[in-house]
Amino acid sequence: MRTKYISVLAMVVLAGSALVVAATPPADSSIEGKITYTGTPPKMKPIDMAKEPVCAKQHNPPEDAQNVVTGAGNSLEYVVVYISAGDPGGAPPSQAVKYDQKGCMYIPHVLAMQAGQPLQVLNDDPVAHNIHPLPKSNPEWNKSQPPGTAPIDTKWDKPEFIEVKCNIHPWMHGYFAVLKTSHYAISDANGAFSLKGLPAGKYTVTAWQEKYGTQSQDVTIGAGETKQINFVFKVTPYLY
Amino acid sequence: MGRLFAVVLTIITIISAALVIMHVWWMPVDISTVGPRIDSQLDETMWATGILFIVSQLLLGYFVFTSGENKEKRAVKYFPGGATPLVLFAIALVGAEILVLSFVGSRVWAAVYMSPADPGSLQVDLAAEQFAFYFRYAGPDGQFGTIHPDKVQDGNGNYFGLDPENDVAARDDIIVGTLTIPVNRPVLLTMHSKDMIHSFYVPELRIQQDIVPGLTIPLHFTATQTGKYEIVCTQLCGLGHYSMRAFLEVVSQDQFDQWLKSQSGD
Repeated sequence: MRTKYISVLAMVVLAGSALVVAATPPADSSIEGKITYTGTPPKMKPIDMAKEPVCAKQHNPPEDAQNVVTGAGNSLEYVVVYISAGDPGGAPPSQAVKYDQKGCMYIPHVLAMQAGQPLQVLNDDPVAHNIHPLPKSNPEWNKSQPPGTAPIDTKWDKPEFIEVKCNIHPWMHGYFAVLKTSHYAISDANGAFSLKGLPAGKYTVTAWQEKYGTQSQDVTIGAGETKQINFVFKVTPYLY
Repeated sequence: MGRLFAVVLTIITIISAALVIMHVWWMPVDISTVGPRIDSQLDETMWATGILFIVSQLLLGYFVFTSGENKEKRAVKYFPGGATPLVLFAIALVGAEILVLSFVGSRVWAAVYMSPADPGSLQVDLAAEQFAFYFRYAGPDGQFGTIHPDKVQDGNGNYFGLDPENDVAARDDIIVGTLTIPVNRPVLLTMHSKDMIHSFYVPELRIQQDIVPGLTIPLHFTATQTGKYEIVCTQLCGLGHYSMRAFLEVVSQDQFDQWLKSQSGD
C-alpha cells in the first residue's frame, strides 16, 4: 500500500516536471555568422582633432572616422544584429550599459541596449563634453559634462536607433541601438556576430548598419542547434 | 573724504597711463603686412584718447581736492551760461575727437578690409560652426566642389556640404582643422558660418572679422613670419565658445607644397 503511494507520487512529480520543461524549452540554441560587403566602400578619413590638443595627442596616428569600418575579407564592423520578431522580449536587465567619452571619441562607436535598461554616460576626458542624442520617438536632450563630473544615469523607453553627437566637438559621432529584444550582438573587427541562449523556434534576424540601413532573414532553429546566417551589404564609394 | 578720493583718483590715473605707455599687456608680435598700419593707428588712437583721459582725470582730481567739500566753490562761475552749456561743450569736444579718430581710422580699416584681394592669392574656404573652424583647399585639380547647404552634416564629416558622388570637383577637396599657409603669399579666405555668428581673429595677423550665417565673407591677408599661431572665435557663440579655436601654421612655400601633396595623397 505504502509503495503504491510512493510510486503514484513519483509519477505525479515526474509528469509535473515534464510539463515545466515543455512550458519553458531550454535556451541553448544560437545563431551566428558574418557581416560582409560587396562593392567599393568609402575611404574613411582621419579625424582632425587639432582644436583639442589633449585629445589629438591620444591618437597617433589619428583615428579614422567610424561610419563604415571594414576589415579583412570584406567584413563590416559595428553592425547591430538582433532578433526583430519571434522573441517575446522580457523585463530589461537592471545592470547599466556604459557609454564612454574618451580621447574625444565615443566608445564604443555603437552601443546596444534593451529598451528600459539603465544607461550610464561617462566622461573620461580632461575636457568638457556635451552629449546630444538625436532620438525620434524618445524625448531629446543634451547634457554638459565638465571633466570629473559624475556619470549621467539615464535610459531609453522606446526602441529605436539614436544618433549621438557632441555639441562641443563636431567630429564626435556614435549610436545607441535601443532594442525590444535582449538578444543582440554587434559585429566585431572580423564582421562576426553570435546570438546565444535562444530557445528553439522561428525568428526574424535583422542587421542594421548606420549608413546602409537594415536587412532581415527568417531563421528556424531546433533545440541545441547552432545556425549560420550571413548578411551582405551593398556599399558605395561615397560617404556623403 | 573728498580729498582722499581725489588722491586715489589721481593714483589710479597715473598707474593705468603708465601701464599703457610702458606697453605692459600690449599686442603680440606682428606677422602681417597690414600690421604696421594697424599698429600705428592703434598708437595714434591711444595717444589722442590717452592724453584727454589723463588731462580730464587730473582736472577732476584737482577740482575734487580743492572744491569737493565746499558747496560755494562747486558752483560753475566762469563758463558763460553756467553748468548746462559747460556739459554740452564737453560732449561736443569728446564727440569731435571720436569723429576725427573714426575718419582717420576708417581709412586704415578700409585699406585692410575693403581692398580687393591679390589675384594670385592662395584660396582657402572656411566653415565655422559650434564650436570649431574647418578649412578647405581645392586639391590637385585647383577647383572647389560646389557647396550644398542641405548636405552639411557633422556625423559623416561633411562640414562643407559637398556632393562628391555627383560633383567631380569636390572629390579631391582637402578638409582639415588647421589653417596651413605659405609665408609671404597673399591668402584669400572665403568664410561661411553654419549656425550663428562667429568671428575669425588672429591677434598676430591684426585681422578680426565676423562670420555671419547666410553671407559669404571674403578676408585676405599675408603672413610675414613662419610659426604656429592661435585662431580664436571672438563672438560669444554658445556653451563651447571658450573652446572654439584652431591653429594657423605659417610655413615656407616648400613645406606648404609638401604638406599639400601629403594631404591629397589619400
